[in-house]
Parts: sequence; C-alpha cells; structure tokens
Amino acid sequence: MTLTEIRPGAVASGGIAGRGPWQLAWRRIRTDKVALVSGLVVILLCALALAAPLIAAWNGHGPDDQFRDTGITAQGLPVPPNGEFWFGTDRLGRDLFIRVLYGARVSLLVGVVATGLAALVGVVVGLLAGYYGGVVDTVLSRLMDVVLSFPYLIFAIAVVSIAGPSLTATIGVIAFYSWAAIARVVRGQTLSLKEREYVEAARSMGAGDFRIMFVDILPNLLAPVIVLTTLLVPAAIVFESTLSYLGLGIVPPTPSWGNLLSEAQGFYRVAYWYLGFPAVTLLITTLAFNLVGDGIRDAIDPRTERLFSRRRRTRKGA
Amino acid sequence: MLLEVSNLVKHYPITTGALVKHVVGQVKAVDGVSFALSPGETLGLVGETGCGKSTLARCIAGLHPVTSGTVRFDGADITNLPRRRMRPYRRDIQVIFQDPYGSLNPRRRVGSIIADPLVIHRVMSGDRLRRAVQELMERVGLNPEHYNRFPAEFSGGQRQRIGVARALALRPRLIICDEPVSALDVSIQAQILNLLKDLQAEFGLTYLFIAHDLSVVRHISDRIAVMYLGKVVELGDAESVYERPRHPYTNALLSATAVADPDEAQRRRRIVLTGDVPSPIDPPSGCRFHPRCPRAQEICSSVEPLLEGSAACHFPIEVVV
Repeated sequence: MTLTEIRPGAVASGGIAGRGPWQLAWRRIRTDKVALVSGLVVILLCALALAAPLIAAWNGHGPDDQFRDTGITAQGLPVPPNGEFWFGTDRLGRDLFIRVLYGARVSLLVGVVATGLAALVGVVVGLLAGYYGGVVDTVLSRLMDVVLSFPYLIFAIAVVSIAGPSLTATIGVIAFYSWAAIARVVRGQTLSLKEREYVEAARSMGAGDFRIMFVDILPNLLAPVIVLTTLLVPAAIVFESTLSYLGLGIVPPTPSWGNLLSEAQGFYRVAYWYLGFPAVTLLITTLAFNLVGDGIRDAIDPRTERLFSRRRRTRKGA
Repeated sequence: MLLEVSNLVKHYPITTGALVKHVVGQVKAVDGVSFALSPGETLGLVGETGCGKSTLARCIAGLHPVTSGTVRFDGADITNLPRRRMRPYRRDIQVIFQDPYGSLNPRRRVGSIIADPLVIHRVMSGDRLRRAVQELMERVGLNPEHYNRFPAEFSGGQRQRIGVARALALRPRLIICDEPVSALDVSIQAQILNLLKDLQAEFGLTYLFIAHDLSVVRHISDRIAVMYLGKVVELGDAESVYERPRHPYTNALLSATAVADPDEAQRRRRIVLTGDVPSPIDPPSGCRFHPRCPRAQEICSSVEPLLEGSAACHFPIEVVV
C-alpha cells in the first residue's frame, strides 16, 4: 500500500500510460454530457453556497435583514423579483435570493454530512455482517430491517420532541435512516467478494480479518458505495427539507429550503416567487445530484439500469 | 521430512433446514491421505477435477479446517492451529493459485499485491520494500517499472508471474502450487514451469505441485501421487509412475494424455473408462475405483486396498522387468 505513492512518475516515464479502473471510469464519464452538465450544476451550487456571505456582503443584504421600505409593498406583501431583489422578497421583506443561498448552505451541509456519516456506518456494518456471517450477520441484518421499516416521521418527531429541533438532530435523524440502505448493499457485495480467490490468497499469507476487510474487500466495494452515496445525497436534501417544512428540522430564522417552502405556502397566490424559487432550486439540486450519481454509476458499473433511460451510444474505448 | 501428511480427512457436511440445521450427509472430499515431502523435492499431485486435490492443498495451507488426521511441517504439528499460532508457519508455506485472474485483487496495484506478504509479516517497509518488490518482479521476468499498474493490464502468463513473485516474497520453504498452469495457454505453461524449476534450484524450494495434466506434472516432479475420489491410489517416482503405472486408474489416465509423436500415438491404445466418477457423498464400497475398473474382481467391492508399495490396488498391473 505504501507502494502506490512511491515514484509516481514511473508509469508516465514508461511511455505507455497505465490505466487503472478509476482512470477508465473517468474516461467514460467524460463522454457523458448529461453527467458533466449536472456535475457543473452541482459544483456551481456548492460554490454559490460557499460564497453566500460574500454575495450578501457584496449586495448589502444580510440573510436576516428586513427591508421595510423597498422589500415590502404598500399592502404589506412581498416584492416580486427586480433589480435589487433578484428572487423577490419574503413576507418580512428579506432578500429571497440571499435566503435561498443561505438555505443551500444548510441543505448541502446536511445532505453531505448526513450521507457521509451514513456511508461510514453503512460500510463498516455491511462489511462486518457480510464478512463474519453467522450470528453477527443475523443480528446486524435484523437491525437493518428494523431501521428500514421504522416510520421515519414518527421517529423524527420523537427525536425532536426530546432533543429539540436543531442542525445536529436533523443530521442525526437522516444519517440514522440512510446507513441501513448502504449497509445492505455492502453486505451483499461482501458476501460474494469474500469468496474470491484473492481473499483466500490474502488469508494464506496470514492477513488478519480487518486487513482483508479493509484492504482487500473495501476497494472493490467503493464503486457501488460511491454511486449509492451520490444518489443518497439528494434524498437526504429532500429529507431535510421535509423535516424543516414540518418544523422538525432547521428552525427559522436560519433559512433552509424546507422552512422557506413552509413560510411561503400561505403566499403562493400573491407571490409565486416566494414558493417558486426555493422549490425550483431544490428540484434542480436533487435532479443534478441524481444525474451525476447516474453518470458515475454508468461509468464505473455499466451493467446497471439508469434512472432515466437514454439510448446507449457506442463509445470508443468504453 | 519437511511436510508430513498422515491420514488427512476433510468432510464437508451437507445441511438442510432454514433455522435448525440438520446434517444429512458428508461430502468426503479428502478421505485419508498420507504422504511426505523431503526438502527440495517436488511432489506432483494429479487427479481428475473434483478428486480432492485442491481441498487437500487448502487443508495443508491451513485455509480449511481439517476433519481428522495431521499435517506436520518441519516436525511441528500444524493441524488446525488457531490463526495466531499458524502465522509464523504462513511465512514458510505459500500458495500459488490456479486462476491468475481471480487470485489478484483487481483494484490493487501489482507492486502492492507482491508486497503484501512482506507488509503483513512486517518484514520491511519504505524504500527497502520497493526495492525488494522490484527485485522480485525482475526475478520472475516482469518489468520492474510496471509495479504501479493494475492486474488487468497484464496477460495471463504475466499475472501468474505476479502470483509467483508474491509467493516467493517471504522466501518460503514450501510452495503449494494449486494448478498454477491449468488456466494458461500451452505455450505459456512451459515458461511458467521452467520459471518454477529455476526458482526451486536457486532458492531450494519444495513444491507440492497440483495439476490434472500428467504431462505437466511429469515435467517438474520428482515423485507423483495420483488421487481418485479423495484417496491416493498410486504414489511413486515420476519415472516409474509414468513408465510403469501399476494402478489401473493411473494407467487409464496416462493413456489419455496426448503424445507428440504420431507413430507412438498410433501404437498406443487408449483405455476408455466406463461411467462417471461416483459422487464423493456416497463413494463405492471397498476400492473406490472398482465400479469402473477393468481388472475388478469380487474382493474389490468389499475390501479396501491399502497403499502398500506404490499402488492401492488388489490386482496391480505387474511390472515386466
């Protein structure tokens, strides 16, 4: 393992570029326009979310600043999109564009952190269950079943009523619900991978269980885990929005897409932008993440079905 | 003796039932095998697919628990040792696997695969490790520049060289070769066999060489053991087993090997055995070969012949001196 970083120039100097599985995957994804565009959208969204305070400072609209003069009509209604407020304003005269950007920070943070935690737990649990089998597998698999069959809203309400709604509680609830899906996939893969001859070879050399699990089996699991994780991020974002919409997630005044939608629902007849912009942003984000995930899956595991079936083009070298 | 196997038995239970498992039978994969290997020797182990050769190899390598019998390595009993106590012996006993595609992790670089045994046993690290791996690659005929590549970038023969380099890394005393050339083209087979021979001379290795092809085994072995349905039916010098087989099964097996010389091929008569190999779940009584044996008589179905002399047979083919 220490060898991978030694003399990285050796391959290049050899003349023929060695192509590993990841390089091959990258070559395939490069030809997939939908995935590339979606990837750009995701990167743009992340950049905008990161830059939200800069943008707020630049146009002078803080996320909680209320503009009672310019941000609210004479009838006390939100102002439609204009040169000053690109997405219009909300019911309190706050800049909706800035609030959507700040909402993106929360949504992406929750989506990525919760999914990351879920992936970590899911991979470890799945590996243990699949590798050891027997009683360990039975216990862990039933645990997954229990988690997957739990009514999640009731659980979320219970957690929030004990811990109170917060960012941590939201991440916790989402991670708790997502790990089992990953663990199941990892377990299934591990069951077949542990029978491979190279695992037996590792055992014959005296490798321990943990080395076999994490050095020999894990790299072969990475492809499905990466795909599943990218597809779980949008699910987590929607989950967060649902919780926040119901008042169980992120609490105002901190904006999140969920509580923006929740605030806006009383105004959709008079202020389409109030509901529209957060909803469209949420839609674009989840769609982009799903398409990227699909593209990655296509690149590293071309056998599986797509979320949206497109005609398969014959690609050179694919 | 470097390796002594006595009365080795490996049965796999057949179970039914979803919650409560019932054992309904035993697959008698290896059923009482004994042999010994002296240092520097090569014992060829041949037999048809399913006769238990690979199971035997895995039992000796400590990969599968043994049902009964003992495996002694350099005088020490290593049968069913717990993992921790088996570890030091793993340095001395290495395995070369049959499938050059399946036995190399596709997601790991070749350098790290070959370094595996050295890393696992904490022999060396860093620059020394890299040099050792490159020396190994060079020794087995690979370009040491290629250590950063993935197994998929190599041909079958090159992959098997990677497997050989990995087995050689710890300078073991015994290498169990589990059909190391069966998956390769005939032209490549000879290269790998010659490599194994050269390495044996250079490092004083002892081989347990498994194959289902008698001509491959003859090329490399000092002695040959022939297995049929979990038992050794004939064991002797490579020359004498090949030239003067005593067990009717060996004779039939030999008659089926291809001969390069067409005149010789014309002269030879192929012995075609009737029927299939019986199931190892319910092997025939007495001599396991009796239902298919051209020489079988009354006694063969009731009394099991022991491996005395060279062949386990009541009516061995007489050696014409």
